[in-house]
Amino acid sequence: MYDGGKIIAGLIIGIGLLMSPFFYNAGKAAKAPERVLTEKAKQAKECILDKAQMTASHFNLLDEWRHTVVRDGQRYYKRADGKVLYKSLQVTCMDCHSNKANFCDQCHNYMAVTPYCWDCHIAPEEKK
Amino acid sequence: MLDTVLKGKQGYWGWLIFLLAIMGVGLGCYLYQFQEGLRITGMSRDVSWGFYIAQFTYLVGVAASGVMVVLPYYLHDYKAFGRITILGEFLAIAAVTMCILFIFVDLGNPVRIMNVLLYPTPNSILFWDMIVLNGYLLLNLFIGWNVLSAERKGTHYPSWVKVLIYISIPWAFSIHTVTAFLYAGLPGRHYWLSAILAARFLASAFCSGPALLLLLCLIVRKVSKFDPGKEQIRTLGGIIAYAMLLNVFFFILELFTAFYSQIPGHMHSFQFLFSGLEGHGRLAPWMWTAAGFAFVAVLLLVIPATRRKEDTLAIACVSVIIATWIDKGLGLVIGGFTPNPFDRVTDYWPTTPEILITLGVWATGFFILTVLYKMAVSIKEEVGA
Amino acid sequence: MGIDRRAFLKIAGLSTILGLGGKAAFDILAPGELEASTNAASPGAGKRWAMAIDARLVDDKVISEATSACHRHHNVPDLDSAKEEIKWIWEEDYEHSFPGHQHEFIGDDIKHAKFLLLCNHCSNPPCCRVCPTKATWQRADGIVMMDPHRCVGCRFCMAACPFGARSFNWGDPRRVTRVPELVAKNQGFPYNKDYPTRAKGVVEKCTFCVDLLEKGEQPLCMTAANKVKKGSFTFGDLSDPESPIRSLLRKRYSLRRKFELGTNPNVFYLI
Repeated sequence: MYDGGKIIAGLIIGIGLLMSPFFYNAGKAAKAPERVLTEKAKQAKECILDKAQMTASHFNLLDEWRHTVVRDGQRYYKRADGKVLYKSLQVTCMDCHSNKANFCDQCHNYMAVTPYCWDCHIAPEEKK
Repeated sequence: MLDTVLKGKQGYWGWLIFLLAIMGVGLGCYLYQFQEGLRITGMSRDVSWGFYIAQFTYLVGVAASGVMVVLPYYLHDYKAFGRITILGEFLAIAAVTMCILFIFVDLGNPVRIMNVLLYPTPNSILFWDMIVLNGYLLLNLFIGWNVLSAERKGTHYPSWVKVLIYISIPWAFSIHTVTAFLYAGLPGRHYWLSAILAARFLASAFCSGPALLLLLCLIVRKVSKFDPGKEQIRTLGGIIAYAMLLNVFFFILELFTAFYSQIPGHMHSFQFLFSGLEGHGRLAPWMWTAAGFAFVAVLLLVIPATRRKEDTLAIACVSVIIATWIDKGLGLVIGGFTPNPFDRVTDYWPTTPEILITLGVWATGFFILTVLYKMAVSIKEEVGA
Repeated sequence: MGIDRRAFLKIAGLSTILGLGGKAAFDILAPGELEASTNAASPGAGKRWAMAIDARLVDDKVISEATSACHRHHNVPDLDSAKEEIKWIWEEDYEHSFPGHQHEFIGDDIKHAKFLLLCNHCSNPPCCRVCPTKATWQRADGIVMMDPHRCVGCRFCMAACPFGARSFNWGDPRRVTRVPELVAKNQGFPYNKDYPTRAKGVVEKCTFCVDLLEKGEQPLCMTAANKVKKGSFTFGDLSDPESPIRSLLRKRYSLRRKFELGTNPNVFYLI
């Protein structure tokens, strides 16, 4: 192989860099997310949508909410059972799910997702 | 054709490494700015655009100037310019790239830059600026690459390239007109609110860009075996002379309207720039320096003896660049925001990180320019042009 | 098969671009759920919200109550810096509120009068004209609104506003809880846990308290000012000829800032 030494060396370095996350985490399994519902959340029984839908697309819901609230001025959401809710992450969602570290962050940390919502929207103060 | 870029003398590599070092420093400062926000610059609530946007404005002018070589060659069959159209086009590519980079580093939220495409807003001039600048970049990339590639192979470029060339001529005028429209339609900024601003921009573009091109041609002649040509340089000198005269004339027209009418709103920005307002006069020495260099440039360009001698012509070009850069790269933006809507003066001066980021972007542009010019010149040497 | 490598690469490249670009274009341009919701009736269509401030009744207490009511509800930080300051409503003197009006022979009462300045929510707003992403736009009820989710921080709106009504977050506004020199001035920041802060890199300004208007309440500056001096602020709908603000504007002479620029400001200063 022409320049074979350089190619093999380059391949080893390149693949090594590419695989480095796997080497770094070898032997350690990430802790599965354990979401804890607050008392208030348990008592409320219903969220906006059902659990499966919320887990799969709460971010789409929040994106649509922020669009319709800020841009269209439509601040209220009528749930399937008829209850009217104020469309707000801070005021409505976090009212029930005030334990961000044991709820929201559980899955977000596991998935290495850092939603930038909290740059502006104020996360509830964690109770120790 | 990129193979020609990888072979060069020591000076070539040394220059590229020097530029890479400046680019690296700029990048480091930009990461700092990305982290901390634009507060690390000298911009403020009152002077909300500064050095970055000023450089962008100056460089749009330099980019537009490629048309000063393309137009005579393709529309008026001035065959001599055929030797250097590629240099004009490649200068345009480097300049437009710098423009886009300066906009990027000036954004508060650069990660959201796709919003400008996702939510097209035709009533906003920035939308059109994005379209014309990117279009001009693509035009010059396609044209330059195909023409140079055909020259290397000894064939004629495909006929669709001719269509693009004809489009690029009015497009070049449009990029700087649209950029002027960013400023000239804002109701509260009287330094900019003038119909002649777009004409001023074009005039200053068509002297500063060709001036830079001329200096680059002299450098190319010195460092390579390709000689752009004495006639080409002489004609460029003539173009620069006319454009600089128009540029200075338009400026004087603005001065007349402002000071003969004696309307405070019209006069204030000029007073701030040239003598200071309310004790703030940091820009005055710069503006008078620009005036001085403009005078020297006009003198050397109008007098045939000095315009026809290449060394005095080079001095004239340097003077043109200094004068136009101070006028557009410092005076225009800062002067437009001063005094503020409350008739107060807030000082602005770029901070060190801001200057280093600016230098980093300039270095990036010159890096691209060097690489492209190396390619063009090597190929011209190869075919024995 | 007579196709050569060059032609093959050209076709492959073009198809990839068209395929990816086509899908992207379809996703962006095809009407979806979001588009459907924007076609719903805009709130307050037909209204024209405006504010009238009685310059004779504005004093230091009115100013401080109105300013802090607004800034506290909306979590506006005190950055203690003229360079970076963020202000939605603020104090200004006659000479600088109405540049050019002042002459040397006016009486001291007007000369030393204090004015409260805020976004004028113009009917012909240049800021909305220039925004490349519609992060700021004019609602059907006349309010010039900000969408901090969309703002890219280009600050074109700040250049376009002839009234200096807009502020930019040059840094992270929440640093007032971290930087020692600013902590004392911002005790308890963010003051209102039901309202977001903004992040660095976006523009902000007065919104005529749209979140309160939609609940049927009034802008906070008005409520706070009127507690100090009743009648100092009047807020209402200009499109309703019987509204209190309309009759006030009929009775009293009012000034608007830089009216000659044609932006049609909706904040009136009763002299």
